[in-house]
Amino acid sequence: MALRLPLAFSAKVSRGLATLSGGGEAELIPQSRLAGPMPWVIAIMVALTVIAAAAGLALSNTARSASDELSGGITVQVVEANPAERTRQARVAAERLQATPGVAEAHVVSQDEVERLIEPWLGARVGDDEEIPIPALVDARLRKPLDGETLGSLRRLVREVAPSARVDAQSTWLRPVFGAIDSLRLLALTLVVLLGFALAAAVLLAVRNTLGANRDTIEIVHLLGGTDSQVARIFQRSVGVDAIGGGAVGLALGLVVVLFFGRRFAELGAGLVGGGSLRWYDWAVLALVPLAGVALAMVTARVTVVRALRRML
Amino acid sequence: MTTATDGEIVQFDNVGLRYGTDREVLSDVSFTLFPGSFYFLTGASGAGKTSLLKLLYLAQRPSRGMIRMFGTDAITLPRDRLPGFRRRLGVVFQDFRLVQHLSAYDNVALPLRVAGVAERDLAKPVADMLDWVGLADRMHAQPAQLSGGEQQRVAIARAVIGRPELLVADEPTGNVDPDMAVKLLRLFEALNRLGTTVVVATHDVHLLKKVPDSLIMRLDRGRLSDPTGVLRYPPRPRAFPRAGGH
Repeated sequence: MALRLPLAFSAKVSRGLATLSGGGEAELIPQSRLAGPMPWVIAIMVALTVIAAAAGLALSNTARSASDELSGGITVQVVEANPAERTRQARVAAERLQATPGVAEAHVVSQDEVERLIEPWLGARVGDDEEIPIPALVDARLRKPLDGETLGSLRRLVREVAPSARVDAQSTWLRPVFGAIDSLRLLALTLVVLLGFALAAAVLLAVRNTLGANRDTIEIVHLLGGTDSQVARIFQRSVGVDAIGGGAVGLALGLVVVLFFGRRFAELGAGLVGGGSLRWYDWAVLALVPLAGVALAMVTARVTVVRALRRML
Repeated sequence: MTTATDGEIVQFDNVGLRYGTDREVLSDVSFTLFPGSFYFLTGASGAGKTSLLKLLYLAQRPSRGMIRMFGTDAITLPRDRLPGFRRRLGVVFQDFRLVQHLSAYDNVALPLRVAGVAERDLAKPVADMLDWVGLADRMHAQPAQLSGGEQQRVAIARAVIGRPELLVADEPTGNVDPDMAVKLLRLFEALNRLGTTVVVATHDVHLLKKVPDSLIMRLDRGRLSDPTGVLRYPPRPRAFPRAGGH
């Protein structure tokens, strides 16, 4: 009997050790098995990371802004029972400071402003009460950040004209606040790292599940000459697609929350909080969060798959 | 025509295989397969045919002994070189092992896709191969929609589409009617004439007579019976028994 040979026998198809090509790679693992809740898990992780990162960046800006503002500032308190003498010492101290090289500006804080500062603690119109002496304040700003030696020489200078004056660096008052801000920044950084681990763990579990569900298919691909890289690439691509979708949703959610809280804090109008607004490069960092999430998810998927495949022959 | 040529495609030397701590399912198996030969592997159920084939298609490493394939020690073969060796093989599994969510077309195309053949280059050979096994009108059906015989033909088409150097088939005609069985054997013979070494495991003694120039390997409780010594390593060439010749 005359036997017509299949085309593959008469004209051998050229083959090589190339990658799994065409639509075959994408179809090899059913997408629905890998998708499931994965994009939503990634979206939540990315949203939380964006919020934590935004908080950390805002706190950094707050600390930097406050530090810049206060690092070159000193406050002189003239504690003198006689109001006239108190006013005179404050004025002379301000003039002496203003005439000192390295001091950019010095002025006596007005009585109204002092009363406004202490009003939350002592109530209104305290300054009118002679029984409660309120110190006169001089606010001075230096051209450079203050160091201990400069502070000492300024103290001596001021005490020559106002013996009862106290001279303090403004930054020392906010040292506990800076400490708290540093702790919060550390907390935000820890959260970002933990969320990264959580994302990697979620991807790892999803990929292991899918590997288990598709073990037969993977074995067949192996027995047909498929490489670990080919199989890993299928999972990497699937996880990548999930991560891109989840990352975009997560970024949008995170930005909505960040903008909402940013606006609320801006409405407070408090000096310290006002310095915490995000700069353009901070927004760029936030935009990188989902990209980092996608990269982390894909690397986790690849490492998980390759490790699992190495246990097969 | 089966001829012994210089060089061997497979060498087994005192190979033993056990799963876990059970007794050996294969013991002291030694034989040589030559390029372009056609072998039937026979034996009762449980004799170790499938285990021997697993060693042949590199799905299993032996517990002891030496295996050389394509001139290379297959036991110490680094893992990253296994895909290259497997692409030189065609395997028809006893349980077909088709990818259930892929169509007949995609299952047959799989070895070519794995080997990096472009879509435009594989469409015609795959369609032609499916036509050849009588499944041209079923190419878009998934395995679950195919009968056992149709699935087997898809599995065979997948095994031979890449024109392998060694074709290993485990009961390839078990689920097809006699006419199709003969046609599939003719396909294996045609492949064999093109230089492919063919090993067909079967317990159907009638099948052995259909390929006159084939050689017979008989397994009995994990041991390769070799009364004439033709399969012994190193083999004595030209002393092959003829399946259909007696």
